[in-house]
Amino acid sequence: MNPKRTFPKGGVHPEENKLSSDKPIVTFPTPKQVIIPLGQCLGAPAEAIVKKGDEVKVGQLIGTAKGFISANVHSSVSGKVTKVDEIMDHTGYRKPAIFIDVEGDEWLEDIDTSDKLVGEITLSREEIINRVKDHGIVGMGGATFPTNVKLSIPKDKKAEFVIINAAECEPYLTCDNRLLLEKPHEFLVGVKVVMKAVDAPKAIIGIEVNKLEAARLLDDIIKGDEYFSGIEVQPLQTKYPQGGEKQLIKACTGREVPSGKLPIETGCVVVNVASTYAIYEAVQKNKPLISRVVTVTGKSVKNPSNFLVRIGTSSMALIEAAGGLPENTSNIINGGPMMGKSVSVNEFPVIKGTSGILMMTDNEAQPRKVGNCLRCGKCINACPMGLEPFLLCRMSKNNMFEDTEANRIMDCIECGSCEFTCPANIPLLDYIRYGKNKTGQLIRSRNQK
Amino acid sequence: MNNYLISGSPHVHGGESTKKIMYSVIIALMPAFLFSIYYFGFNAVRVTLIAVAACVLTEWLIQKFLIKGECTIGDGSAIITGMLLAFNLPSNIPAWMIIVGSIVAIGIGKMSFGGLGNNPFNPALVGRVFMLISFPVAMTTWPAPQPLFGSQIDGFSGATLLGYVKEGLSKGVSASELTIYENIEPMIYSGSLGEIGSIAIIIGGLFLIFRKVIDWQTPVIIIATAGIIATVCWLIDPTQFVNPMIHIFGGGMMLGAFFMATDMATSPMTMKGKVVFAIGIGALTIIIRLWGAYPEGMSFAILIMNAFVPLINKVCKPTRFGNNPVKQ
Repeated sequence: MNPKRTFPKGGVHPEENKLSSDKPIVTFPTPKQVIIPLGQCLGAPAEAIVKKGDEVKVGQLIGTAKGFISANVHSSVSGKVTKVDEIMDHTGYRKPAIFIDVEGDEWLEDIDTSDKLVGEITLSREEIINRVKDHGIVGMGGATFPTNVKLSIPKDKKAEFVIINAAECEPYLTCDNRLLLEKPHEFLVGVKVVMKAVDAPKAIIGIEVNKLEAARLLDDIIKGDEYFSGIEVQPLQTKYPQGGEKQLIKACTGREVPSGKLPIETGCVVVNVASTYAIYEAVQKNKPLISRVVTVTGKSVKNPSNFLVRIGTSSMALIEAAGGLPENTSNIINGGPMMGKSVSVNEFPVIKGTSGILMMTDNEAQPRKVGNCLRCGKCINACPMGLEPFLLCRMSKNNMFEDTEANRIMDCIECGSCEFTCPANIPLLDYIRYGKNKTGQLIRSRNQK
Repeated sequence: MNNYLISGSPHVHGGESTKKIMYSVIIALMPAFLFSIYYFGFNAVRVTLIAVAACVLTEWLIQKFLIKGECTIGDGSAIITGMLLAFNLPSNIPAWMIIVGSIVAIGIGKMSFGGLGNNPFNPALVGRVFMLISFPVAMTTWPAPQPLFGSQIDGFSGATLLGYVKEGLSKGVSASELTIYENIEPMIYSGSLGEIGSIAIIIGGLFLIFRKVIDWQTPVIIIATAGIIATVCWLIDPTQFVNPMIHIFGGGMMLGAFFMATDMATSPMTMKGKVVFAIGIGALTIIIRLWGAYPEGMSFAILIMNAFVPLINKVCKPTRFGNNPVKQ
């Protein structure tokens, strides 16, 4: 393996708390009812094509993508649609969803449900991308960007590297780590599929050294099999936000994505571990994205676990299986503690982007007292994008959106390193998000003129 | 259905706090404080306690009756201001002068701008310079050290090392003759509370660097800049300029470099800015010492550079990610 690398500027090192890293993935029993939201990706929600009373099978298309940035939604169970209604999902907004009562477990016939590894890639580039699109694959690290859009390289660009985001730099989360340890061959075939889809000769798996076991395992398999040549394991320093797309490209290739541009400018396509595995299943086994691995964790959780869950399963069922909701839980987070979203209710359906359910107790999640800015500059040192968070925060507070734009607020990746390190507990990122929103509006209205 | 706490990410915090930073600085000042007690005895305790009490009380009164805001004395910053002010004073200074200086330091230097973090100038230095101008005699009359153990140091002249050098040079005495060890020995332990124990201050400074409260670059660059200029002058004309070691270890160089120039609120925020700031302080200090009217220039140098901080912050932006053209 190569010596370990990292991105050069900023970053923090939160307590890792990978409580469930040695807990094997447990296949969660199919629930009695699932609620499948239609808006599971960045962009427009899908449109329901089933109605109350319809019988559906596992893997059947139930919502079609509406627009370019949108993804298909499939039934994760077999049974009867009871209603198409609005629910409050993890974002706190009411969104349309399909309610299905489970009857049996009947899959569509053309889905390969066996455990057999299919190594040979028979589909062409276009067929792979179409398959990824049809099967509703999205970025499963949390951003849920439709993967087929990512894999469609613009005509004037060339992909040189596929970069697999195995950094899993969020504290607590272990779902990618477990997937790599338990399904390494499937994962690596997935990497080959992505390489073929974007026509890249090389793939780099960027993995933090706190997952050395997985890194070694992958490295051994690659070295022992000519088929996987072109794939390389790149150990990375354990530092947050190592898994940020731009930071990962910088760490793995030394290239910097120019401000406001996409990774393809540097010849890189970045795909997350869970998505790579989903691509393998979609392309090689013809299986749509209907399940994912979810880490259910927290310091006071009795039995932190990794579950393989059908999309639409209730979060509460997972929490129960992990030992129940701890007393004094004051904060439930969908995702990791650095970038996850806190949820107001404990009952929400697992979607394609749910990488973890994290529970925090009163004393962990206590709101901290905000003080005066000391101008200590710790936020500047922590910012991986080379911004001045204190300044952006102050400008946003005063609605100075020309100035926030000039100071590159739109470059902010919202990693939260600034707020994590602020001794005065200033909610820097909250203000910066507001500023980004308003600055974005300003830029859009100017462009329309 | 339960309702849980909704908050924006990140949901965890690194644990650093204003209070922890301030109390680290207080701990770092302890070696120098103990050293000053050793050399000046009870008087060192007297001056320090009066200054700290007056600073904390001033802040409390202003918060309570003028700003009518939340009490902020618990954060420890007023204690630091008091200690730093005390370290700039002669050990026999009358109590009322210390109190006046403390009121100016906290009242004008800090609270008039809105309290911690908003002050453009280092409050302790505002107090110190105010006292130097208002009470020039008391502020430049140095008592004989009264060590806790042993007898009073003999042959005491009543001047600090830098003051003695300045006076000698102005009388036309050659610099090399002035700095014969026998001549300067009595002055080594003469001066303000924080001026004498360079080693104790460095120990405290190293603790702060280790604790990541301050960067090593600021003190090192200040001392290096001053040292280089002093060395060049000394090499050119050793009769007019004294040995650079006197400039490095004499006067308030160490206290200023480790504890005053690194004050978070009044120093630049980026590393580039800190380098500019530190070079400016080092150069100004030595220029004032060599060619100015005062024997010591650290406080003025820091205050002058404090005034440049907003400008430095504006010019010295951090290196943005993604600003460079793509390397292929």
